[in-house]
Amino acid sequence: MEDYSMEKQEYTITLYTENSIGMIGRISTIFSRRKINIESLNTSPSEAEGIHRFTIVIQETEDVVRKLCRQIEKQVEVLKAYYNTNDEVIWQEQALYKVPTSVVTEKAPVERLLRQYGASAVVIRNDYTVFETAGHREEIDALTEALAEYNLIEFVRSARIAIIKHSEGFHKKLKEFEEAEPAAEVVENRYLDKQDKVFTM
Amino acid sequence: MNTLEIAKDTTQQGNRPTTQISGSQAVLEALLGEGVDTVFGYPGGAIMPIYDALYDYNDKLRHILVRHEQGGIHAAQGYARTSGRVGVVFATSGPGATNLVTGLADAMIDSNPIVCVTGQVFAHLLGTDAFQETDVINITSPVTKWNYQVTDACEIPMALAKAFHIARTGRPGPVLIDITKNAQLQLFAYEGYKPCHHIRSYRPKPIVRKEYIEQASALINQAKRPFVLFGQGVILGKAEAEFKAFIEKAGIPAAATVMGLSALETDHHLHVGMLGMHGNYAPNVLTNECDVLIAIGMRFDDRVTGRLDKYAKQAQIVHLDIDPAEIDKNVKTAVPVWGDCKETLPLLTELVESREHTEWLAHFRKLEQEEIKEVIQEELNPTTDIMTMGEVVKILNDLTGGEAVVVTDVGQHQMVACRYAKFNRSKSNVTSGGLGTMGFGLPAAIGAWYGAPDRTVVAIIGDGGIQMTIQELGTIMQFGAKVKILILNNEFLGMVRQWQQLFHDKRYSFVNITSPDFVTVAQGYGIPGRSIRERKDLKQALSDMLAHDGAYLLEVMVGKENNVFPMVPQGSSVAEIRLK
Repeated sequence: MEDYSMEKQEYTITLYTENSIGMIGRISTIFSRRKINIESLNTSPSEAEGIHRFTIVIQETEDVVRKLCRQIEKQVEVLKAYYNTNDEVIWQEQALYKVPTSVVTEKAPVERLLRQYGASAVVIRNDYTVFETAGHREEIDALTEALAEYNLIEFVRSARIAIIKHSEGFHKKLKEFEEAEPAAEVVENRYLDKQDKVFTM
Repeated sequence: MNTLEIAKDTTQQGNRPTTQISGSQAVLEALLGEGVDTVFGYPGGAIMPIYDALYDYNDKLRHILVRHEQGGIHAAQGYARTSGRVGVVFATSGPGATNLVTGLADAMIDSNPIVCVTGQVFAHLLGTDAFQETDVINITSPVTKWNYQVTDACEIPMALAKAFHIARTGRPGPVLIDITKNAQLQLFAYEGYKPCHHIRSYRPKPIVRKEYIEQASALINQAKRPFVLFGQGVILGKAEAEFKAFIEKAGIPAAATVMGLSALETDHHLHVGMLGMHGNYAPNVLTNECDVLIAIGMRFDDRVTGRLDKYAKQAQIVHLDIDPAEIDKNVKTAVPVWGDCKETLPLLTELVESREHTEWLAHFRKLEQEEIKEVIQEELNPTTDIMTMGEVVKILNDLTGGEAVVVTDVGQHQMVACRYAKFNRSKSNVTSGGLGTMGFGLPAAIGAWYGAPDRTVVAIIGDGGIQMTIQELGTIMQFGAKVKILILNNEFLGMVRQWQQLFHDKRYSFVNITSPDFVTVAQGYGIPGRSIRERKDLKQALSDMLAHDGAYLLEVMVGKENNVFPMVPQGSSVAEIRLK
């Protein structure tokens, strides 16, 4: 039997859920009960009408992530849970930076930095300017670090949002869920079509 | 009863006749719609409208007034376990609801179908720290399969319908519906009760895939030393007959988890005993010698597996379970058979070859002889004057013939009862398995009796556990549940004392517990009773207890420092089970 990777790495968990009150609580306790830190959590509408999408980032082993997803799917109002490694998703985080306007106008390196990271101005006032940028965490962290030397007044970064590369979206799945009879996709057996692996006697 | 005809409203909703009823009436109509006959509960401020409506439903719904909400939910659990139906509980907001939490956690881990209806403060007071307001939804969400707060009466029929559907389907569990007082009072256009059969985000039953069955049967047919472990899933799936047909055709020895006991009659020639920390010697040892391990409706609890990295490593594991989250949770599976065992077992039986694993079965019986010699003989037929818990259970077996429902509390007496009680029929063992809730026994026995009033219900309880919920004697007094209360009194919190003796150098720290005169206490509640200290009185006393038409309390003073053996010490492998 193949074993799951025992190395911790970053996983993006994508959930499709009903949009009901208390979902965040029910889902977050599945992590906190096991003393697992949620590094980032985003909730938003999804491509399917009336279905909510959670994007959660954690650092864990695949074995733990798989079990967490099973526990999450067990929640009555969760339709489906997926987990993916970073190379299986397109992901972004957004950041806002507030810096003194004087720094931007007077210090050439600042302007260079902002160009380099593709940051664009959202608000420009006499006293401060707000820039926004989107990208991977490392890029955002690097810009934050650089701006820290130039009187960065305020900084905020959003949770990760991610698109699964191989996903075909949730429309078709939702139809299957809406049918009264259970659809075949509800649980996947990783041993199907792997008869050789099962019979090792 | 004409409560539904208070105000017929035919002006709205087109031609459809609708009726104005209150949210409270809608709750009770939902219960009737679900075929509920018994509710365990306790009134209070925030649930008064429902109790007011109940006044008019007295002829259709039996309400048992418990003495504490914890007693109410344990009673509902006992009811669910012996009847196979959903247990229903009413409690008020705040302390009423928080008193349910232990029972919810117990029902969650032991998969009991329960629906709790709690009152809540008026919707406009939510979050204001109003009198008897607690955040019941958030407090109970980790210990409920589903919960929901109703703030508008129109939601009540659907919320209750979903609650019953979720509680009893798939892997059953407790559901809590919290209803604000305004919703209970509100009149709304009622269109009748419609049960729920489908929730799009909820898949109680995975469809059975032939491939699993084929793979599993191929493994089983190749096996030389197959071994079946069965849990409560067989009982919850009402698959006792299908289970028996399977093991009989395949000729496979089968051992029960604590929760699986009574799914197969104790005397069956393939029943090789109980698993786990205080289970039988043979099934524990041979778990690590079998070649194919077939787990049916059980979840590899740590009390069953002992040290996981030394658990059945030589075996290919086939796991039949309805809950996908249980597959590969603790033990890696070779073939997962997701599905309801009522469906999967017959498919498997069809494909397995008819076998008799005579030699392998003899291996179990040989080890059983060792256990009899080292442990069981002395426990059931002691050579000293000191009475043992085992001999009490043995005589009870002789007198009931294995026909009784045995309810236990938690501790040494529980393990002894589970080890030695004889079961002829399913749904006969009611105990707190996963949570280990002391105080479970007495109220659960009351509920168990309402769930199976034609059966003898014996509650075996320790001197510690009985004192946790002894107030429920009042419920028996008032409503007459014919529960036989058998207190095995060793004047200690015995299981903790045993661990302190074995693992803490006999440093007995707060395990010495004194008890009131239980017989006098029972008398105060109008329940006859007797206490015995000598073996010569045992059989007659048990016989009198069983013969009495009504509740009865019998206290048996047993050995103070007897231990339950065998034992798999914590952190040891199942093969390292100790006989002494």
